[in-house]
Amino acid sequence: MQTEESLLTDRPGLLAQPQAAELTAENVVVQFGGLAAISKVSLTVRRGDIFGLIGPNGAGKTTLVNCLTGFQAPTSGRVLLGGDATSGWSPDKFRKQGVARTFQAGRLFKEMTVLENVEVAAVGLGLTRRAAQLRAMALLDWVGLAPQANRIAGTLAYTDERRVGIARALILSPAFILLDEPAAGMSDAECEDLIEWVATIPDRFNCGVLLIEHNMRVIMGVCDRIHVLDGGRSLAEGTPAEIQENPAVMAAYLGMES
Amino acid sequence: MINFLQNLIDALSLGSLYALVALGIGLLFGILRLVNFAHGDFITIGAYSLILPSASVTATMVIGSWHWEALIPMVCVIVIIVAMATDILVFRPLRRSSAPTLMIASFAVSYMIQNGVLMIYGARPKAVNLWSALTTQINFYGLREPVLQLVTIATTIVLMVGLSLFLKRSRWGIQMRAAAEDFRMAQYLGVRGNFVIGLAFAVSGILAAAVSLLFLAQTGALSNVMGVPLALFAFVAVVVGGMGSLPGAVVGGFLVGIVTTMLQAYLPPDLRVFRDAFTFTFVIIVLLVRPAGLIPSRSIVERV
Repeated sequence: MQTEESLLTDRPGLLAQPQAAELTAENVVVQFGGLAAISKVSLTVRRGDIFGLIGPNGAGKTTLVNCLTGFQAPTSGRVLLGGDATSGWSPDKFRKQGVARTFQAGRLFKEMTVLENVEVAAVGLGLTRRAAQLRAMALLDWVGLAPQANRIAGTLAYTDERRVGIARALILSPAFILLDEPAAGMSDAECEDLIEWVATIPDRFNCGVLLIEHNMRVIMGVCDRIHVLDGGRSLAEGTPAEIQENPAVMAAYLGMES
Repeated sequence: MINFLQNLIDALSLGSLYALVALGIGLLFGILRLVNFAHGDFITIGAYSLILPSASVTATMVIGSWHWEALIPMVCVIVIIVAMATDILVFRPLRRSSAPTLMIASFAVSYMIQNGVLMIYGARPKAVNLWSALTTQINFYGLREPVLQLVTIATTIVLMVGLSLFLKRSRWGIQMRAAAEDFRMAQYLGVRGNFVIGLAFAVSGILAAAVSLLFLAQTGALSNVMGVPLALFAFVAVVVGGMGSLPGAVVGGFLVGIVTTMLQAYLPPDLRVFRDAFTFTFVIIVLLVRPAGLIPSRSIVERV
């Protein structure tokens, strides 16, 4: 009998444990038509770290995450996973090699149950239905949604959708998880909850977290390093303390956001 | 009363066929956003696969003379191969194309199959006698029905239950449902896109094969355009039921079948030639009242 904890985080023998220690963007440029959405951005997310990605609206955060997960091919530059070039990988290959993500909008399968939403990720990675269900339940339990397992996902509350999205991304322990604004629309109390919860992810799942967030409380509270984008360019990178004191960042934020 | 019951069974039997065709079309639409008009021609191929390829006027049964236990799997395999080959040769290269492009490609496939059949088998319809034992009538308290009608309804029920169990319980089914709701997201979770699409084509092939045998046993005639009206009515059924919803496709299929049969039976004789006009009037009314179909799919509604 497997323990609760091993169901949560182990990968069964038939699946190779993703080995990659770093997820790297190297001089990534993305152009839509003639317009540069991102110009020459380089960053490295290390396994075990929580890496914050911040910037005003339209700074190119989501576009960069799209590149890091195979949704979007960079116009130039490279995305490396543990030193391997990822060009030409399909999105499911990214997931199989250990890069998972969530979406701002949740994007749950609304007509399927909450359990099935998480389960299908494990099935897609090669597990049987039964094994996938056990693991999905363990994850739902961890995110506090086990009692809702058999609800149709379309009926969930907005913030709960986000939790299911994270559970779905974390199943079978990816090497990296990219969270796109998980705190959007949450109350302060819910944010506190989320901060505590996200902070436990790297140790428990042995993975790196890239966190896109507008909410500075969340970002400053959990991140090991923070990278600031503005207008598609890298503005700064450093520890939360360094970022808070960086004059360029303060100017960008005071200028663009209230 | 007896008369009405007989009409009702006829209606359910025709509705069954439409429901099976609509399921085949609805399944692919769900996953691929492809309205596959070539589905009707998959049905045609299933029917023609029973006879010796030749342009002669009389049909020589080959697979068609086999015992049904061998015949049915063989026809299924042939249609599955055609359906999956269509995917690999035509739709896979168009994977990133828009829905209208895919639909036009399916028209092209449809015409190619129709003309291919024409070249190999000749232009004249051929009479074929498949499972004539099924046309014997059974008498049930004054109700006289060919066994075939009941077999058609029973087969449809078995296939629908089978398909729904497959989608609910199997490891492939859950991936197909996820892909049908949000294809990109399913891929992000590790679902292999081409695999799931190939599987959907295979399942639609099985559904088409079943229809070709049931339809041929009823009509007894092969023609290179025999599948076209089936696909057209089934497409209407899919729209009435709600694009992207499989229960909707089934309900729409039965509804169109029942309305058509009942109009045929109860319209004044002078108006019967205009039966299809009345059917489509009914369809338009349904769509005016419920523009998204009878059982709209949640995910489609939100995307549009």
